[in-house]
Amino acid sequence: MSAPFTPLVAGSALGAGAPSPATPHHVALAGGDANPSAAALQARFGDAVRRVHVVRGETNVVVADASLLDIVRWLHDDPSQQYEYLSDVTAVEFRDPEQPIEVVWHLRSIVYRRFLRLKVELTRGEPLAVSSVWDVYKGADWLERECYDMFGIAFRGHPDLRRILMWEGYREGFPLRKDFPLRGRFSRSEQLRQALAANPEARYSMEELSIADAFEDLPQEMRRRLSGGEQAGE
Amino acid sequence: MPTTKRTVEVELSTTGLDAQGRPVRVPLVTDDRGNAVAMEAPEAMEPDLAGEHMLINIGPQHPATHGVLRLVLELDGETVVRCIPHIGYLHCGFEKIGEYRQYNQIIPWTDREDYLNSPGNNVAFVLGAERLFGIEITERCTVLRVIAMELSRIISHLVWWGTTCIDIGAFTPFLWLFQERERVYELIEMWIGARLTTSLTRVGGMGADIPDGFMDKLTGFVKSFPKTIDEAERMLSKNAVWVGRTVGLGAMSADEAMNYGLSGPMLRASGVAYDVRRDFPYLDYETYDFDVPVGTSGDVYDRYLVRVEELRQSVRILEQAIRRLPDGPVNVDDHRVILPPKSKATSDMESMIHHFKQVMEGPRPPAGECYVAVESPKGEKGYYMVSDGTSKPVRWRIRPPSFVNLSAIPKMVEGHLLSDVIAINASIDIVMGEIDR
Amino acid sequence: MGLTPRPESTVSYNPASQEGWVATKLDFLVNWARASSLWPMPFGTACCAIEFMASAASDFDLARFGMERMSFSPRQADVLICAGRVPFKLAPVLRRIWQQMPQPKWAISMGACASSGGMFDNYAVVQGIDTIIPVDVYVPGCPPRPEGLIYGIMLLQEKVKKERAADKTLRNEMEPDPKSQLYIPPSLIDELSEPFGNSVHQTRSGL
Repeated sequence: MSAPFTPLVAGSALGAGAPSPATPHHVALAGGDANPSAAALQARFGDAVRRVHVVRGETNVVVADASLLDIVRWLHDDPSQQYEYLSDVTAVEFRDPEQPIEVVWHLRSIVYRRFLRLKVELTRGEPLAVSSVWDVYKGADWLERECYDMFGIAFRGHPDLRRILMWEGYREGFPLRKDFPLRGRFSRSEQLRQALAANPEARYSMEELSIADAFEDLPQEMRRRLSGGEQAGE
Repeated sequence: MPTTKRTVEVELSTTGLDAQGRPVRVPLVTDDRGNAVAMEAPEAMEPDLAGEHMLINIGPQHPATHGVLRLVLELDGETVVRCIPHIGYLHCGFEKIGEYRQYNQIIPWTDREDYLNSPGNNVAFVLGAERLFGIEITERCTVLRVIAMELSRIISHLVWWGTTCIDIGAFTPFLWLFQERERVYELIEMWIGARLTTSLTRVGGMGADIPDGFMDKLTGFVKSFPKTIDEAERMLSKNAVWVGRTVGLGAMSADEAMNYGLSGPMLRASGVAYDVRRDFPYLDYETYDFDVPVGTSGDVYDRYLVRVEELRQSVRILEQAIRRLPDGPVNVDDHRVILPPKSKATSDMESMIHHFKQVMEGPRPPAGECYVAVESPKGEKGYYMVSDGTSKPVRWRIRPPSFVNLSAIPKMVEGHLLSDVIAINASIDIVMGEIDR
Repeated sequence: MGLTPRPESTVSYNPASQEGWVATKLDFLVNWARASSLWPMPFGTACCAIEFMASAASDFDLARFGMERMSFSPRQADVLICAGRVPFKLAPVLRRIWQQMPQPKWAISMGACASSGGMFDNYAVVQGIDTIIPVDVYVPGCPPRPEGLIYGIMLLQEKVKKERAADKTLRNEMEPDPKSQLYIPPSLIDELSEPFGNSVHQTRSGL
């Protein structure tokens, strides 16, 4: 059981006189009041904040990849921001090849009732990599793994970046990229053959196999593959 | 020695193979410099067994994993030392398909990802689509959607409750609660024709208005349902077996819960009063009078209490919605998104053209993006859609609450017994369709 | 396929055969016992699994058919009910579960996704579990109503009742044999299904 804590009541930092939230109506396509955090970010990080724009009432802040981790850490730790909740990490690839691939973070401040969208733009054709925010938010673990699995974006600093939704030996590519066809690159019979060839029991990660004494119990084939230096996971 | 080419540099928690080709043993407890720290031998264990750990695989096909989830557990006797979950066994490419479908065509897919909460997902998706389009729905539609969402919450919590009871060993409440689900299914079937995968909403309105007799039947349900909640709760809440099996299990503190991104009853049971209906309202939820139950210790028992209380609050919201349902049109009067009535489409040229454009090409929102989150029974469910002005979204992202909730399971089961793993897994209320999409 | 006539008939219900009154009565008893107590192995993945659970619950009650004892261990099960979509990652698991079931065994493919891939015609989903395991009954629907599933179960019961112990091929484990004249290599399958099947060319309807 955990130590005694004070229950966090949403909106408590706003004070007694704060207006209670209401359902948004007639939200304009562009423009409108930006989240105050955007201005605070620009004041503190200057050029690292490339662009701020408000779309459908949501504040989008485009930042440079190099300062992403500092920005996220500051948003999490600073008492005037307190974005203690990471809602989502995902990526967007546009159909237009001119546009960059955007990696998107959705942050929420529960005490201040704020929502912020951070973006980092990555150019296609270059290796896709951004910093991982796992140090700040443990919830980013699986979200970043999924982003890697679907888009091929590497998250630097992630403790265990491997495929999560597709199986680890999946060879067709990264499914959510726009150059990946809807039905996959291989034919149906080839996909089936590859899927059936993957031995379900062989899918233990190196971490799992390190659990001692299981090595003797592994099937002969797996022991042979491991001794040959094969690593599960890629 | 063959080298393995890695395209991503990651730091695994193990260093790999040693000189004999055996996997390196990872010390469980390390100090800051990575050296192993001696652990006390567990008491009441025979000395020659202490230190040997078993690797056990649960799933992916297993009655108690609530879907195709695979948990690999390292066990020290009966105690879990480490848990590594594997998902993806139900990955069906929803987000990819969403890029090839018009907005109204995506609605059947929203049914099937969190299939216990189909009407809720339908509503959540069209809220996002309408924000993207810039459409305001009618009053009647708003209240009907609240009714749909709360009915959906009820059926989802009933599945959770019934299956958790089975996992922990109580079979009878499952039958009672599933019978209540059938009553709700009858209501939904009356409304839209389908029981489970409903496709209840459309962009700009609903698939159908409620038929005659629906309100009476709903009122009857709302009167009789609390008795079943009381009945099932009487079986469990003060039951020594239930309490013994659930209290103190899988506790997450408030800070941990927020940091892991937990939402919904998981987060509220840990003491954080975050409910999307309250804090980022939609569908005029701020005008309804309801309480948000918040727990204290974040263990399995608290999550159970929170969800049971949510059932009662859903009934309360339904009663208010029944009283305030206004008359009027259900669909917004916007020819860009709502199909004209068939009689007009076959007689009036303009209606025919609108019909043709909508069916062949689909409604096109202006370029932009939008993230709308609702309080699904599992937690914060969000749909993030990006449009480039065409009728198919560029990106359709589902923010799955169960996915993020499940990622905390290694933290929650550490130190518990094997049978507790099942109880804790049940308390997260996962739906693999949503996790894997 | 199967263009050459089989050299011998393995199914004999022909009065000249040695099968007499005892054999037919034995068949009847064995089949009746099997059909009335089919223990299902619910390979439930998605929405159809919820409708399967609803079929097992009070309102539609599978216990009337002797099927309330769900056998989650394939080793004790008679009929595999694949309820829900099967992605490629799950395919070897399904195959393995089917192989672990002892004969006599049957399979019901419940729902559109299990029967044909359903609405998931994409990179991730197996387009019909009959590409992995032999299926006896297909139940359409998305998800099928419990009545639909029960109808499918009753069809299976009729199929079971029509079996004959003299028919030796019923209990063969079916694996594709590359040496058989019926085996078509995957590359030829792709070529034959070119205008309609999956596509590396993605020529279908722009969707």
